[in-house]
Amino acid sequence: MSEPLLRIENLVKRFGGIKATDNLSLDVASGQLHAIIGPNGAGKTTLISQLTGQLRPSSGSIRFAGQDITRLPAYRRSRLGLARSFQITSLLPDFTAADNVALAAQAHDGHSFYFWGNARGEKHLRDAARSALARVGLERRADVVVSKLSHGEQRQLELAVALATKPLLLLLDEPMAGLGVTESADMVKLLQELRREVTIVLVEHDMDAVFALADRISVLVYGRVIASGAPDVIRKDEEVKRAYLGEAHAVVRHG
Amino acid sequence: MTASLNARNAVAALVVAGLLLLPLYSQASGNVFALTLFTRIVIFALAASSLNLVMGYGGMMSFGHAAYLGIGGYAVGILAFEGIGSGFIQWPVALLVSALFALVIGALSLRTRGVYFIMITLAFAQMAYYVASGLSRYGGDDGLTIYKRSDFAGLINLSSRVQFYYLCLGCLFGGLYLIWRIVNSRFGMVVRGARSNEARMQAIGFPVTRYRLVCFVIAGTICGLAGALFANNTDFISPSVMYWTRSGDLMVMVILGGMGSLFGPVLGAIVYLALEELLSRITEYWALIMGPLLLLVVVFGRGGIMGLLGRFSRE
Repeated sequence: MSEPLLRIENLVKRFGGIKATDNLSLDVASGQLHAIIGPNGAGKTTLISQLTGQLRPSSGSIRFAGQDITRLPAYRRSRLGLARSFQITSLLPDFTAADNVALAAQAHDGHSFYFWGNARGEKHLRDAARSALARVGLERRADVVVSKLSHGEQRQLELAVALATKPLLLLLDEPMAGLGVTESADMVKLLQELRREVTIVLVEHDMDAVFALADRISVLVYGRVIASGAPDVIRKDEEVKRAYLGEAHAVVRHG
Repeated sequence: MTASLNARNAVAALVVAGLLLLPLYSQASGNVFALTLFTRIVIFALAASSLNLVMGYGGMMSFGHAAYLGIGGYAVGILAFEGIGSGFIQWPVALLVSALFALVIGALSLRTRGVYFIMITLAFAQMAYYVASGLSRYGGDDGLTIYKRSDFAGLINLSSRVQFYYLCLGCLFGGLYLIWRIVNSRFGMVVRGARSNEARMQAIGFPVTRYRLVCFVIAGTICGLAGALFANNTDFISPSVMYWTRSGDLMVMVILGGMGSLFGPVLGAIVYLALEELLSRITEYWALIMGPLLLLVVVFGRGGIMGLLGRFSRE
């Protein structure tokens, strides 16, 4: 039996006396879209930050593509094919959309100790940027400075940046956050396409989106996985309903 | 960023032309002082431009940049004192020692961020200051007189005012061209990206700190060159070159001219040093006038003089 793409075992993260991640174990199989849901404060972003290397776990292990990455710095994980989008849009605000994506391509094109040539003139980086922008529908906004893009466009750009690193696994931290109805629908459509190419871990509050997209859903409460399974199973799970209450009702009604 | 004829480029072109023609004016009018003043300005413009590379483009608020002026200067002064007068030895040593100093300081201080980075770079520069004060063989507090300028085997005569001026100007333009190439290169994009959003740069796969360190070393080396020029210009080097207020002067030049714009620090150095000269002729309390002036530029002209010019060209 082959190992899953991502395997989290007995992960613990303490902040003082609080366990934000409490002995959490989770497998993400290659090719799946695995959604992680849970009420506010369940430790979803803490988990993502440990996966990407922004936070060091207190104990436990993370294996990715057959390698122990628990102690690897963020940039090394990115090189292995782990890409993330940020919950709060986190781009390079004074660079153009194309620059943002080209830099991501550059990061995966050998070292960057080249001091002389004009980086913006490098065709293959620009081409990579164009195609990633086209992938998310932003090709016509390539030369716009990020701070001038709309919120929805910035969310799309986050995805383009992640895609430009040619990831094996895409960690998406609330990609719909702050999007309007049509923008959300566009994003769902986009993720629907992307999931065919890349394994995705999706943290999201928008239950419609989660149940429309996910192959598998894990429910996080107080840093623990209380249920994990196919969307139909999760929808019927009594413990999930109890823990989740308000949002669980919403799930039932919309689903 | 097109190279159209906007206010910024027009001013930059005018200043370049003025700097190139200055010796002609000085000779025609017999105004030797202008040449002396502008030699000094050009040297500080080079130092400020190197600070701009780390501070403006790299977002690293180094408050100890004058240390490299001193280190470059002392390398020249000490070698001259010990009887090694050749510039072909003095200058490479000045650059090398500055680079090594920057490597050590950078490796230690780049572990910190924000205010701590400012304080730690300041502390290292002050250490260099006190070390220089303790060099009793080389004059200690009183400094070291350099009796003979660097000798370049007849290639160029540093004792000729005009030749020395053009050498300084050549170093400045060369330095600016180098910085321009660097900030637009792959390397420069990484450093500028890290200034904009460090977490993002790490998330897309850049080991940010080592790029910053290299940037820090390049800037220190360029400033070391300015130090070698400085020592030759004044025929004298003393610890006061490294004092923290001097680092502050360099910072003011960068901010006044416009952080993160290639030509800003040159304008900053010109305006700052020329004003200092003019005002100190009027009153010994010149700093009382200079202070509020700087305040006005910083408060109303975000982006310094270059920022103001940019606004004019947009309207």
